[in-house]
Amino acid sequence: MEFVFQNILNALQWGSFYALIALGYTLVYGVLLLINFAHGDIFMVGAYIAYFVATLFLATVGLSPSATLTLAVPLTMILTACVGVTLERVAYRPLRRKGAHRLYVVITALMCGLILENGNLALLGASRKNFPELLEKTVYNFMGLSVTNLKVVVIFTAIAVFLLLQFIVTRTKIGMAMRGIAWDKFAIPLMGIPVDTIIVFTFVLGSGMAGLAGLLFAMSYPVLEPYMGALIGWKAFIAAVVGGIGDIRGAFVGGFLLAFLEIGVAAVFPSTLRDLIAFTVLLLIMWRKPTGIFGVAKHQKI
Amino acid sequence: MKIFGRLSLLALALVLGALFLAGCSKESDTIKIGFDIPLTGDIPKVGEASKFAAEMLKEDINSKGGLEVGGKKYKLQFIYQDNESKADSAVNAALKLIEQDGVVAIVGPNSSKQAVPAGGICNERETPMISPWSTNPDTTKGRPWVFRAAFLDPFQGPVAVNFSAKQFGAKTAAVIFDIANDYSKGLADIFKAEWEKKMGAGSVVAFESHGTKDQDFSAQLTKILGAKPDFIFIPDNYNQVALIVKQAHDLGWKGPFMGSDAWGSAELMTLCGKDCVGQFFSTHYAAAGAQGDTKVFIDRYNQKYGYIPDDVAALTWDATRIVLQGIQDAGKVVADVKAERKLIRDAMANIKEFKGITGSMKFDAEGDPIKCAVVVRISEDGQFVFAESVCP
Amino acid sequence: MQRYALNILLPAAAAFIVVLSQMGALDLYVQSVIMFMAINVIMSASLNLVNGNMGEFSCGHGGFMCVGAYVGSLLSMLLFTNSKLFGAALLPGYSALVLFPLVLLGAGAAAALVGVIVAVPSFKTRGDYLAIITLAVNYMVISAIQNLDVIGGPRGLTGMRPTMSAMEDVVNLPWMMIWVLIGAFGSVALIRRYISSTYGKGVNAVCQDEIAAEIMSVDTNRIKLVTFMVSSGLAGVAGALYAHVVGYVNPGSFDILKSTEAMVMVYLGGMGSLSGSVLSAVLFTLLLEALRPLQIYKWVLVPLILILLMQFRPEGIMGNKELPDMFPRLRKYFTFK
Repeated sequence: MEFVFQNILNALQWGSFYALIALGYTLVYGVLLLINFAHGDIFMVGAYIAYFVATLFLATVGLSPSATLTLAVPLTMILTACVGVTLERVAYRPLRRKGAHRLYVVITALMCGLILENGNLALLGASRKNFPELLEKTVYNFMGLSVTNLKVVVIFTAIAVFLLLQFIVTRTKIGMAMRGIAWDKFAIPLMGIPVDTIIVFTFVLGSGMAGLAGLLFAMSYPVLEPYMGALIGWKAFIAAVVGGIGDIRGAFVGGFLLAFLEIGVAAVFPSTLRDLIAFTVLLLIMWRKPTGIFGVAKHQKI
Repeated sequence: MKIFGRLSLLALALVLGALFLAGCSKESDTIKIGFDIPLTGDIPKVGEASKFAAEMLKEDINSKGGLEVGGKKYKLQFIYQDNESKADSAVNAALKLIEQDGVVAIVGPNSSKQAVPAGGICNERETPMISPWSTNPDTTKGRPWVFRAAFLDPFQGPVAVNFSAKQFGAKTAAVIFDIANDYSKGLADIFKAEWEKKMGAGSVVAFESHGTKDQDFSAQLTKILGAKPDFIFIPDNYNQVALIVKQAHDLGWKGPFMGSDAWGSAELMTLCGKDCVGQFFSTHYAAAGAQGDTKVFIDRYNQKYGYIPDDVAALTWDATRIVLQGIQDAGKVVADVKAERKLIRDAMANIKEFKGITGSMKFDAEGDPIKCAVVVRISEDGQFVFAESVCP
Repeated sequence: MQRYALNILLPAAAAFIVVLSQMGALDLYVQSVIMFMAINVIMSASLNLVNGNMGEFSCGHGGFMCVGAYVGSLLSMLLFTNSKLFGAALLPGYSALVLFPLVLLGAGAAAALVGVIVAVPSFKTRGDYLAIITLAVNYMVISAIQNLDVIGGPRGLTGMRPTMSAMEDVVNLPWMMIWVLIGAFGSVALIRRYISSTYGKGVNAVCQDEIAAEIMSVDTNRIKLVTFMVSSGLAGVAGALYAHVVGYVNPGSFDILKSTEAMVMVYLGGMGSLSGSVLSAVLFTLLLEALRPLQIYKWVLVPLILILLMQFRPEGIMGNKELPDMFPRLRKYFTFK
C-alpha cells in the first residue's frame, strides 16, 4: 500500500512539470495553432536564468537563500518571458505576416530550439551546472511515505498555475480575445482587438510559466545541461496533445496522465519496458479519442 | 528579381560544394593525428575533456621542438572532428580524417556506439585507431588496426562485485542502469550475472532501468527501496548518478552505493555534493594521492583548465601517447601516408608494456589493454581516495 | 526523345559517380558523403509523400528507418554472411549480386507493416493528433529494440558489411555505392510514378479536402493506408542501406533527432515538391558536412541559416512547385506528369 501511495506522490511531482510545460505549449497553440517546439528549450533557458539569478544573489550580493528565492521567482519569469517574446518577434511574427504555412513556423520553432541549445553549449561550455539549494530540504516521513517540502511546493504551484491560467483564459477579456484569435483571426482585428499585443501576451504567459517550471525543476533536479529541455519538451508536447491541445484543462490532465503512465508502468512492469508500454497505452487512448481527452473535433463544412 | 534568387541558390550550392571538396595543404615536417570526438550532442563534456588533454599534450611536445623520431624532430598537428555523438557522423568524421586530412592515426571515438562503426572503417582503410574510452568488446574484436586504452566491462564487473561483497558484507544487491546507453546496460548485465553466480539466484533483488535523458527516477527507486537490497549498484554517467543518489536519499535510502568508472568526473562532486560522500566506485585511476606522472598531469590540467581531469582526459592522454610511442618505435617517418600508417600500427601492436598515467598496461592479441582497476572512496572534502587496487 | 533527356541524364550522372569511385577519383570520404546524401534523399522524398502531398504531419519517420535497418541487417546476415547470430550463410556469397534487392524489399516490407500502426489511426484523426501517434510509434520501436537482447539491444548490431565484401569478391565494383544509388533513384522514381498516377491523385485530393475527395469516390482510407505504407516502406529501404553503409546499427541512432532531420529536409525543400525534397536533402547533407570544421558553432549556424532561409522563402526552396515549374525551359527535356 505504501508502495502505491509513494508512487502516486512521485507521479504527482513529475506530472507537475509535464503539466507546467504542456500549459505553455497549449497556450500558444490555442491562439496561433503553432506548435512552439522551442518551448522545451525556453524551459531550459528558464532553468539557466534561474541559476544565474540565484548564484548572483547568493554569492555576489550575499542574500539569504529564502530572500533569493523570493527574488528569483519573479525575475526568472520575467527574463524567460523576454526570451519567448524575442523569439516571437524575431522568428515567428515575420513568417506569420508573410502568410507562411503554419508548419514552416513549426520548423522555424524547431530551429530556434536548436539555436538555444547549442548556443548555450557554445557560450557556457560543456560543464553541467549545479543549482544551489534555495529551500532548506526537509523530508517528511509518515506511514512509510517520504515527501520533501519541495515536492509539495511543486505540486501546489502546478495546480495554482493551472487555476490562474484557466481563469485568465475563460473569465477575462484578454482570455476571450485569445480564444477569439484562434476562432477567426480575420474577424478579430475588425472587432478592435490588437492581435499582436494579445499574441505577445500569450507568449509572455507561456514563457513565464516555462521559466517558473525551469526554476522549480532546477530546484528539484539540480543538474543543468543545455539539452535538458529537449526530451521533457517533446514529452510535454505529447501530453498536451493527448489532453486535447489548445485546451488548458487538457494540458493539465495530459501532463499528469503521462506522468502516471510512465511511473505506473515503471513501478508495475519491468522498467526496461517503460517507453514501449506507456506509449502503446497512449496510442490506444488516441485511437479511442482521436482528438484527445478535451479536444473538440473540428467539423468541416461542405 | 526571381532570377536573382535562383542564381543565389545556385551560388550557395557551388560554394558549399567547393568548401566541402577543399582538401588540406600538405606540410612535410608535421605529423597529423586525427581526433574523432563528440564536441556536441549528448556528451559534449567528454569531447571537451578529450580535446583539452590532447591540446595539453600537443603544446608539451611542440614547445620542445616536436616529437623526436629517428633523430629528427617533427611538429605535431592534431585535427579535431566533431562526431556529434552520432554513429553516422562518426563514420564520416573518420573517413574525412583518413581521406582528406591524411592523418596517420586516429584517437577516438569515445563511446562504443561511435567506436564500433568507426573502428570498422579504420580497419578497412588500414589506419590505426585507438579508442580511449570504449568498453564494448566489438570495437576491437577481429580488427588488427584498432586498439583501446580502457579496460573492458567483463573485467570491471567482477571488480565491483567482489569489492562490494567484501566492503559492505552484502548478500543482496539492486541495480539501476541506463537502458539506452550500451555501456551502462552491458556493465549492469555483467554485474548481475557475476553477483548471482557468487550469491545465488535471485540475490539481485531489483534490476531497474531508465532512459538516457531521464531526470526523474523516483518510480525505479521506490521499487528498489521496496526490495530492501544491501546496496545499490549504479553503472551510470556522473550527471545521472548525482540525481539518482539525491532522489534515493529523498525517498529515505540510507544504505551504500557502488559505482563504476563513469562516475569518475570532477563534476560529480559539484553536482552531487554531500550526498555522494562516502560512496565507492571502480575506476581507472585515483586522482587524490596520485604520484609521479599522474600527479603532474592532474596538477597541470587543473591549473590550465580549472578542474581535476576526469578519466576521459587521462585516458585520452594515454591513448594519444600510445600512438606517439608507436610513431617513435617505428623509428622513421615516411612521406607516404599509407606506409606510415602501417609502420605505426605494427609498432603499436608490438608495444609490450606501456606506463601510462592510468596505470601500466600490456596489450593482448585483440588490442585490448590488460591493466589494473582501482576502487576509490569519495572523501569528505570531495576527493577520490584510493581504496583498493584489483589487477587481472 | 528530348523530353526524356533528364531521365537519361541523371542515371548517366549516377553511372559517372560509380565509374569515378571505381577509378579512385573520388576518395572514400566523398563517396560516403554521396551515399549519405542518397539515403537522405530517400528519407526526405518518402516523408514528403506523407507530410507534403498528403498534408499530414508525421514526425516519427526515424522509427520506420530503424525497423528497416534492423530487418535489412538481419536478412543480410541470415542470407549472405556467416554470423554468430544465424550461423553459416544460407546462400553463397555471389548470389548477393542478384538477391541483395531481396534484403531491401524485406526491410521495406517490414517497415511498411509498422507503418500500418500509424495508418489505421489516421482514418479517424489527423494533423497534430496524428503527429504524436507517429512520435509514439518512434519511441515504441526504439524501446522494443532496446529490449530485444537477441539482436544486441542497446549494444547494437554489427556484421552486415561482409555482404558487400562478398559482392566485391565476385565482381570488384563499388557495390555499396551502386545499391545506394539504385535505391535512391528507384525510390524517387516510384514516388514520382505514384503521385502522378490517377490513383495517386487521390493523395493530393486527401490533402486538399477529405470530404470532397470522398464525394468524388476517392477511397480516402485506402489512400491513406497505401501512402503511409509506401512512405514508411521507403524509409525502411533507406534504413537498410544506411545499416550497410555504416556497418553498425543501434536503436539510439534513430531517435527523434533523425526524424527531425527528415522533417527539416522536407520543409526546407517545400511541402509537396518532390524535386524540392531531393534538392534540399542534397543541400542539407552538403551543408552539414561543409560546416564540420566549425565544431560546436556548426549547430548554431545551421539552424540560423535555415531560419533565415525560411524568412526569405517562407514556402521552402521550391514552394510546392516542381523543377519544370520554376524553370519552364526545362520542360523540353523533362516531363513530370
